[in-house]
Amino acid sequence: MAASGRTPRLAVWKFASCDGCQLTLLDCEDELLGIAAAVEIAYFPEATRGTIRGHYDLSLVEGSITTPHDAERIHEVRRRSTHLVTIGACATAGGIQGLRNFADVAEYISVVYARPDYIETLATSTPIAAHVPVDFELRGCPIAKSQLVEVITAFLAGRRPVTPAHSVCIECKLKGNVCVMVAHGTPCLGPVTHAGCGALCPSYHRGCYGCYGPMETPNPAPLSQALTELGMGKRDLQRIYRTFNANAPAFREESERHDA
Amino acid sequence: MPEQQSLTPNGLQALLDALQARGYRIIGPTLRDQAVVYDDVQSLTDLPVGWTDVQEAGHYRLARRDDDALFGYAVGPHSWKHYLHTPVQRLWHAKHERDDIIVTTEPPEAPRLALFGVRSCELHAIAIQDRVLLGGHYRDVHYAARRQDNFIVAVNCAVAGGTCFCASMHTGPKAVAGYDLALTEIIDEGEHRFLIEAGTPEGVEVLSELPARQASNEDIALADAILASTAESMGREMQADDVRELLLAHLEHPRWDDVATRCLTCGNCTLVCPTCFCTSEEDSSDLTGTEMARSRRWDSCFTMDFSYLHGGSVRASHRARYRQWMTHKLATWHDQFDTSGCVGCGRCITWCPVGIDITEEVKAIRETSQEAGS
Ligand code: SF4
Ligand code: SF4
Ligand code: SF4
Ligand code: SF4
Repeated sequence: MAASGRTPRLAVWKFASCDGCQLTLLDCEDELLGIAAAVEIAYFPEATRGTIRGHYDLSLVEGSITTPHDAERIHEVRRRSTHLVTIGACATAGGIQGLRNFADVAEYISVVYARPDYIETLATSTPIAAHVPVDFELRGCPIAKSQLVEVITAFLAGRRPVTPAHSVCIECKLKGNVCVMVAHGTPCLGPVTHAGCGALCPSYHRGCYGCYGPMETPNPAPLSQALTELGMGKRDLQRIYRTFNANAPAFREESERHDA
Repeated sequence: MPEQQSLTPNGLQALLDALQARGYRIIGPTLRDQAVVYDDVQSLTDLPVGWTDVQEAGHYRLARRDDDALFGYAVGPHSWKHYLHTPVQRLWHAKHERDDIIVTTEPPEAPRLALFGVRSCELHAIAIQDRVLLGGHYRDVHYAARRQDNFIVAVNCAVAGGTCFCASMHTGPKAVAGYDLALTEIIDEGEHRFLIEAGTPEGVEVLSELPARQASNEDIALADAILASTAESMGREMQADDVRELLLAHLEHPRWDDVATRCLTCGNCTLVCPTCFCTSEEDSSDLTGTEMARSRRWDSCFTMDFSYLHGGSVRASHRARYRQWMTHKLATWHDQFDTSGCVGCGRCITWCPVGIDITEEVKAIRETSQEAGS
């Protein structure tokens, strides 16, 4: 919380990412005026050009660390922030670009770029928490608008945000959905995935893709066994855990168990 | 012994009409997303006419029957707690106005609910939730309001589901108490009819308005035979009489480690269970900090927050959480509420994504209880 009497200053920072999570803030149409009234949006490259130097009460950080420059810059962000909250799969797990962690970066740079020597990048994509202490992580790819508003509101009220870390199944059952896995035989990562989306995919008869990353106590091995019984092969299993949260430990280890 | 009468399908529609005329909102089985779920029902055609279900551990499929039975399936993923002990309930909200904080408690909602097609295990489950939520010193006003003035039409089960074990738990398949009217569906030589009997004065009154006639002795015998065959064809069984003692004597049995490797701690079993009642409270506030609200939602002993005390969760391991669930249902519920917490409906078996089967877990502990020592 900011010292009383002063409007708290909010900054949004971008690292390696697609901007989707920052856009979620702009997408908060109904709440945006309220947010703008409650905090001074002091640094937000997606919405404004003016940058304000100084100290921020709340920094929202999007994106993962993929370059030596960013590995430096995140320390500067941390120094300037009282509270640092990471938003989205890139910032909390390394993102889809975390796929590089399973490959030889030097090799594909040499294949993709005409002048590989212009490219300065790290061998891995890592979450912000691997570099600096993080006060709170908000999951999702992209994050849910309602959860972002909840995090900012909770920060302003000085309370813990209500963003439960249990399975997507719990949200699915609260909604009264029919389980797509049990009733339709559709593979679903809901049982090992962190809640927050409101069981979006199962509500449309699709299996969960795990875009919120692992839930609080994931146990993917028996789920993979059940997915095998539904017809998924080794390669399918390796790939299903290797998407937006490929580098999250529980998903990474499970995908590696299914390496050919 | 109350008198049994006989109704045609048209007569059963007259029952729905009579309930509607009395101002009830009728909830009953309907088809949605390839399953039987509880939702609003106005006409018999809203029911899963001619459908049945195939249930196994972690598996549920609808299948066609070769007749037009209205109740030819077992219980689905929903239970009546969706309507009586709702998934989310706002409790109160507060507003900061000048120097005052005005707190407004949420008034309990009392919809006039008619529950249509309630199975025997479910009557027992409702009675258990009544005891838990209304029986003690602290009554749940929201549950009480939703429960009051219910009109319950029970259905005796003519088929047992693949994961049912009410016969073991002495909770079915025949409804014996807790209903206003009870039906048994008979389809014999192409003739479709329902035996119906009243269990309360209001049931008698409604029944007197229906085009029913006295049931024949043949039909009464037929209904008894149907129920006997349902009891014989339970998909599962559990030796339940000493299960409390068995589990409490084996809290360190290696089977708990075994099930911990298989359990996802996803919580599905608790949320589909018709007797599980646990909730968590959640606060919300607005951006300006002038309004806030507290609500409660279903929770599960499989979540970490559920047993979170200062410094961490008391039941952090998968083993501790599965053991909590199963020993609560089958053992400590007796100490707490003087009844079992399990009515043998089989939902937790069917709707577990990896098919963990409470009857198998009990059996495994029973069979190895000698070796493991007690
Ligand atoms: S559909 Fe997926 S998320 Fe929903 S209960 Fe089933 S396994 Fe869980
Ligand atoms: S424990 Fe399982 S079988 Fe028993 S009442 Fe609950 S859901 Fe039904
Ligand atoms: S088994 Fe778990 S969720 Fe169900 S009533 Fe007991 S503690 Fe609550
Ligand atoms: S027993 Fe099954 S449904 Fe229950 S928490 Fe474990 S995996 Fe989920």
